[in-house]
Amino acid sequence: MLAFLVSAIRLGMTFLLGSTGETITEKSGHLNLGIPGVMCVGAACGCYAEYIYLSVAGRAAIPVLAVLIPILAALIGAGVMGLLFSFLTVTLRANQNVTGLALTTLGVGISDFMIDKTGSIFSKGSKYFTASLPFAEDLGWFGELFLSHGVFVYLAIVIALATSFVFNRTRVGLHLRAVGENPATADAAGINVSLYRYAATCIGCGIAGLGGLSFIMDYLNGNWEYCIDAIGWLAIALVIFTVWKPNLAILGSIVFGALYIASSYIVGVSFAGKELFKMLPYLVTILVLVITSMRSKKNQPPQSLGLPYFREER
Amino acid sequence: MEREIALSCRGITKTFGRVVANKACDLDVYKGEILAILGENGSGKTTLMNMVAGIYFPDEGQIYVNGEEVTIASPKDAFRYKIGMIHQHFKLVDVFTACENIALGVEDEGKYRLAEVKKKVIEITQRYGFIIDPDKRISDMAVSEKQTVEILKVLYRGADILILDEPTAVLTPQETEKLFAVLRRMREDGKSIIIITHKMHEVLSISDRVAVLRRGEHADTVNTADTSEAQLTELMMGKKVDLNIQRSEPKDSVDRLVVSGLSSKNAEGRPVLSDVSFTARSGEILGIAGIAGSGQRELLEAIAGLYHLDAGEITYLDPTDGHPENLRDKTPVQIRDLGVRLSFVPEDRLGMGLVANMDIVDNMMLRSYRKGRGMFLHRKEPKDLAEQIIEELEVVTPGATTPVRQLSGGNVQKVLVGREIAAAPSVLMAAYPVRGLDVNASYTIYNLLNRQKERGVAVIFVGEDLDVLLELCDRIMVINSGCVTGIVDGRTAQKDELGLLMTKSADREEATEEGA
Repeated sequence: MLAFLVSAIRLGMTFLLGSTGETITEKSGHLNLGIPGVMCVGAACGCYAEYIYLSVAGRAAIPVLAVLIPILAALIGAGVMGLLFSFLTVTLRANQNVTGLALTTLGVGISDFMIDKTGSIFSKGSKYFTASLPFAEDLGWFGELFLSHGVFVYLAIVIALATSFVFNRTRVGLHLRAVGENPATADAAGINVSLYRYAATCIGCGIAGLGGLSFIMDYLNGNWEYCIDAIGWLAIALVIFTVWKPNLAILGSIVFGALYIASSYIVGVSFAGKELFKMLPYLVTILVLVITSMRSKKNQPPQSLGLPYFREER
Repeated sequence: MEREIALSCRGITKTFGRVVANKACDLDVYKGEILAILGENGSGKTTLMNMVAGIYFPDEGQIYVNGEEVTIASPKDAFRYKIGMIHQHFKLVDVFTACENIALGVEDEGKYRLAEVKKKVIEITQRYGFIIDPDKRISDMAVSEKQTVEILKVLYRGADILILDEPTAVLTPQETEKLFAVLRRMREDGKSIIIITHKMHEVLSISDRVAVLRRGEHADTVNTADTSEAQLTELMMGKKVDLNIQRSEPKDSVDRLVVSGLSSKNAEGRPVLSDVSFTARSGEILGIAGIAGSGQRELLEAIAGLYHLDAGEITYLDPTDGHPENLRDKTPVQIRDLGVRLSFVPEDRLGMGLVANMDIVDNMMLRSYRKGRGMFLHRKEPKDLAEQIIEELEVVTPGATTPVRQLSGGNVQKVLVGREIAAAPSVLMAAYPVRGLDVNASYTIYNLLNRQKERGVAVIFVGEDLDVLLELCDRIMVINSGCVTGIVDGRTAQKDELGLLMTKSADREEATEEGA
């Protein structure tokens, strides 16, 4: 049971990073369906950077750098994907849905291409990410549940909390929400809509890219086993599941993680049964979507989500 | 006394493609005055003000604030020069509270604290006599409250020059009076107020001076005290016009449409129509007055078979033999074929009735495509009709094959109304058919409706301007929150009476018929 929960948290944090990134993007009114591709690129860039750093540094590798360099690479790689998305949708006025889907395809392709060069085993690098606090083992179940995790788990929670704070307690957050709700209003209030959309999308993609990296380096212990874009779709579903609230997403992500791996921990489930289990997060998301749209006016997506904004158009 | 000039525009020119919106416009606004800007639709009033507010950038010309030449490239720049604009379509974020909306875009020193914002907002409301709850969400607000938030927004930023674009279009007469009282208090406070409006009597009652624009050019600026309605109209149109609506006595009036006990709830379970009953008679114009969003739209759509009903009857009496038909059992197409026509001009003009990307001919065909035989379309008749409408209603368009989207709002409306009238209906429902139309075009539409009435059509007219309703309609039904609060005679009713009915809470016992 404990192992199940620990596993659920580890996987959940991947979802959390992905969904926090997507939430930031969506709050600006951008529906970025390219998140799966972005997460792939983030993971691939991080892994690639780690591969290069470790082969250059060899035994002299410094743990802190071995963690920071891939993270930076993932942020930049995924951020560039965000830049591409913004450039296409804001500057060139392309349709957001189509652009997003194209970005997913592109991202999966890029990551496959990069991983092909490095081989798919990064276990050497992975141990820097999964290293836990030294005293965690001494604290019994408490230590294992809360302190045994690698750096990504804590990073994800901090980012989610910080994002939530920015949304609700700062001027930047107020402006960002206004841009996503009603860009014309924001524009008239003197807010640079394009800038906010560019920035939110790039930052969001960067964070989502970290999610991809955490999936490979932390949850899979450095084994690039299978295509990770499925994780990206779940991250998007998580955004809806937690009604665009990153702080809620911390809990939601663990629920998703648990649902996703539940099949492996239940004895006697067939292969087909496992696949059915993996669908549960989507099912729950649909339920949440139905319930929120029926009941409350409050927990709705940003009003201009997916809509382009051009000032002088009529 | 030499008065200081707060804002002046010199030689402002703005073009959109080939369309010239403003041509070498000059304008001066003094401190502590209310200046009304008057002009037909498309005369460039809003465009000119949008340039002052930083929404558009002028192609040519200079703007001076307090005597200094300034460049206003964005709304932000406008705020810096203490210019604030209250737009006709509110620019508010629905899910935010009043305070959050007011704080939006304000870049002052110090930390962002909503409590501080609220304190300052309450201060302003007390100073000018606004009534508003700063923590209320915009989506829960009535139109007049939203407008108050808009005004607070610019005052919060310390605006000294306020521009209001048709602020009274959505208000009842009582609310308008309240707004004017606030504006007068601001004037005493030394602020400059520019108010754009269509309504002549408001211009005369609130403003100190009137600037008249004609086809993008500044025609003249006159002192309100020295002018008259006739002179202003002449300035606006560049010629003398007759602004009287010829209201004839209804002839051979018989019941045509009997509506009783209509009730309906919207998707959120709130009643939008409750127990609405009235009779529309042939050869008569029945006006419907009410604050925007009081159920006018739902009522007309229900009659046209487009809105679901929970209770009530709609009986249509055939003009040839008086045979009653129950419209509730019929599909929208059947209702239409009976001669009940809806020319609905919704809030977003192109939302219903016309397809924006199709040209005028194609839009004519939307109503007639069923008539053709075989699988191919007959384009000849709709084309003739389109050309006839363009000519008769003076639709300004490069041609019958121009996409409707590219026409200006007023011309779109002419196309829509023209098409419905061309179908020779027996009941014609027109909602806000003159919304956004200039004086000339409005009177064209009024005359069209009058001609339909003389032909024995039962006309139902949903209007905004109470003066027009009183001049045009034989009977006026007032609704508020989906309830009929009164039906009065259009010839004898007073404006105040209508205003009171518009805000009166629903009292069904009093909803008695007093009609002809």
